[in-house]
Amino acid sequence: MDPVFNSGDTAWMLISTALVILMTIPGLALFYGGLIRRENVLNTIFLSFVAFAIVSILWFIYGYDLAFGQNIYGFIGALSNPFFNNVVESNVLSTYAPTIPEGLYAVFEMTFAAITVALISGAVVERMKFTAWLAFIPVWLTLVYIPVAHWMWGGGWLAQMGALDFAGGTVVHLNSAMAALALVLLIGVRKNKKLLPHHLGYSVIGTGLLWFGWFGFNAGSALGATNLAVSAMIVTNSAAAMGMLTWMLMDKLKTGKPTLLGALSGAIAGLACITPAAGYVNFSASLIIGFAGSFCAYYAVSSLKSRLGYDDALDVFGIHGICGIVGTISVGFFATSAINSSIKGGLLYGNPGQLGIQLLAVLAIGAYSLIMTLIIGKIIDKTIGLRVENEQEINGLDITLHEESGYRLS
Amino acid sequence: MKKIIAIIRPNKLEDVKQALEEIGCHGLTIKDVKGRGRQLGITESYRGQDYNVDLLPKTEIEIVTKDDEVEDVVKSIVKTGRTGNIGDGKIFISNVEDVVRIRTGERGDKAI
Repeated sequence: MDPVFNSGDTAWMLISTALVILMTIPGLALFYGGLIRRENVLNTIFLSFVAFAIVSILWFIYGYDLAFGQNIYGFIGALSNPFFNNVVESNVLSTYAPTIPEGLYAVFEMTFAAITVALISGAVVERMKFTAWLAFIPVWLTLVYIPVAHWMWGGGWLAQMGALDFAGGTVVHLNSAMAALALVLLIGVRKNKKLLPHHLGYSVIGTGLLWFGWFGFNAGSALGATNLAVSAMIVTNSAAAMGMLTWMLMDKLKTGKPTLLGALSGAIAGLACITPAAGYVNFSASLIIGFAGSFCAYYAVSSLKSRLGYDDALDVFGIHGICGIVGTISVGFFATSAINSSIKGGLLYGNPGQLGIQLLAVLAIGAYSLIMTLIIGKIIDKTIGLRVENEQEINGLDITLHEESGYRLS
Repeated sequence: MKKIIAIIRPNKLEDVKQALEEIGCHGLTIKDVKGRGRQLGITESYRGQDYNVDLLPKTEIEIVTKDDEVEDVVKSIVKTGRTGNIGDGKIFISNVEDVVRIRTGERGDKAI
C-alpha cells in the first residue's frame, strides 16, 4: 500500500474502532452480567467498564508506544511520544496502516487492549475484590498485554518469525484466557459455583453486540475498506454461525435439548476461533474452524473443567483459550495467499513451516501470560488480597462492595 | 373472615381473575412465587451441566373474604385454574382475626 491518506479507509477504521468499543461496553459486560447470580450483576458489569476506562487512559500515556513504537530487541517498543504528545498534531500516517492517521491506528488498537483485560474478568466474577481488580488492570496491561502485542503485531520477535494472528487469537483470546486461568488458580473456588444464569436476556443482548462488534474487530483488522475486510467479515460471520449450530448439536446429543445459552456460547466460540484466521482463510475453511472451535470448547467447558476442578466462572479459558489455540493452529493449516497476498499460506497450501511457527506462538504467549499473571496475582494477593470476605461473597458484591443493587422491589 | 391463598399456574392468572370478578370478588393480591409440589426432578441445563432446580414458577393469589363467600371463591378458582395435569397448584384457607382499612380505620367485614 502506498502511504497516502485514504478517506474511505479512514472512515471504515473509525467505524471499526467504535464497533470494538461496543463489544466491551456494554457487549461483554452484559454477556457476563446475565450469567451470574443477581446479587453480583452490577459488580460483574462494572469489572468490564472500569477495565475499559483504565486501559483507555494508560494506552495513550505510554501503552501504544511500548506496544507499537520503535522495536527494541524484538521484545518491546520504545516510548517516544509519552502522553501521545505531538502524534496527532504532526498529522502522520500509521506505519502499520499507511492509508490512515497514526492516531486512528492507536485508538483502534486501544480497543483490543481494553477488551482483552475485560475478558479476564469473566473467570473471577462473584469473588474478586474490586480494589484488587483495579490494581490488576494497569499492571497486567503493562507487563503482559503490551509486550505480547508487540511480539505479534508491533514488529517483535514472533512477527519477525512470520507468526500470523490476524485479529487476536493469541494476543487477545489466548492471552486473556491464560491470565484468567492463573487468577482462578490463585483466587480459588466460589462457595456457590453453579452456573444458573439470573437473566439470560442480558446475555442475549451482550452476545448480539459482541457478534456485531466483531465485524469491527476482524474486518477492521484488515486496516482499510478493502476486499480483505469483506473476506474477513464473511468468514467471521460464517464461523460464528457454524459455532452456534455445532454447540446446539452437542447439546442435543449430550443433554437431550438444544439450549439458548449453548447457542450463544457456540457463536462466541466460533467468533473467537476465526479471529486469528479471519484475514487468511476462505469460507470453506471458516466452517471447519467454527465447527472445531465450538466442538473443543464444548468439551473443555462441560467435562474438562469439572474434571480438573478449577472454577473458571464464565469459561474464559474453556471458550476463549481453547478457541484461541484452535484458531491460531488452524491458520497453520488453512491460511492461503489467495485470500491475503502478503502471506505464504499454511500446510494445505504447501507451507508446512507455518504450522510450527503458529504452535510456537501459542506456546510462547500462553506460557508467558500464565506465568506472568501467576506472579502478578500472587503479589496482589499478598498485598491487597485477591478475594473478598466470606460474608461479602455470601451477601453478594453489589451491596457489599458498591452499596447498590441491580434489582429492587419498588 | 378467611384468607384464601391459591397457588396456580401463571398462565391461568387472567382466567382466574376474570372468573373471580364475575362472582363479585374484586380485591386480591398477586405474587410471583417459585415452589415445588410432588413433581420433583426438574432439571435445567447450562453449558452441558445439568442442575436439579426443583422449583417452578407459580402465581400466588391472596384473597381475604367473608366466611359465606369462601366456597364460591374456591369453586371459581378450581374451575378456571384446573388443567387436570400435575402442577395445577393448591389452595390454602385459613382464619383471619381482623381486617383494618387504613384510609378510614374501619374494621372487620366492612373493611374487606
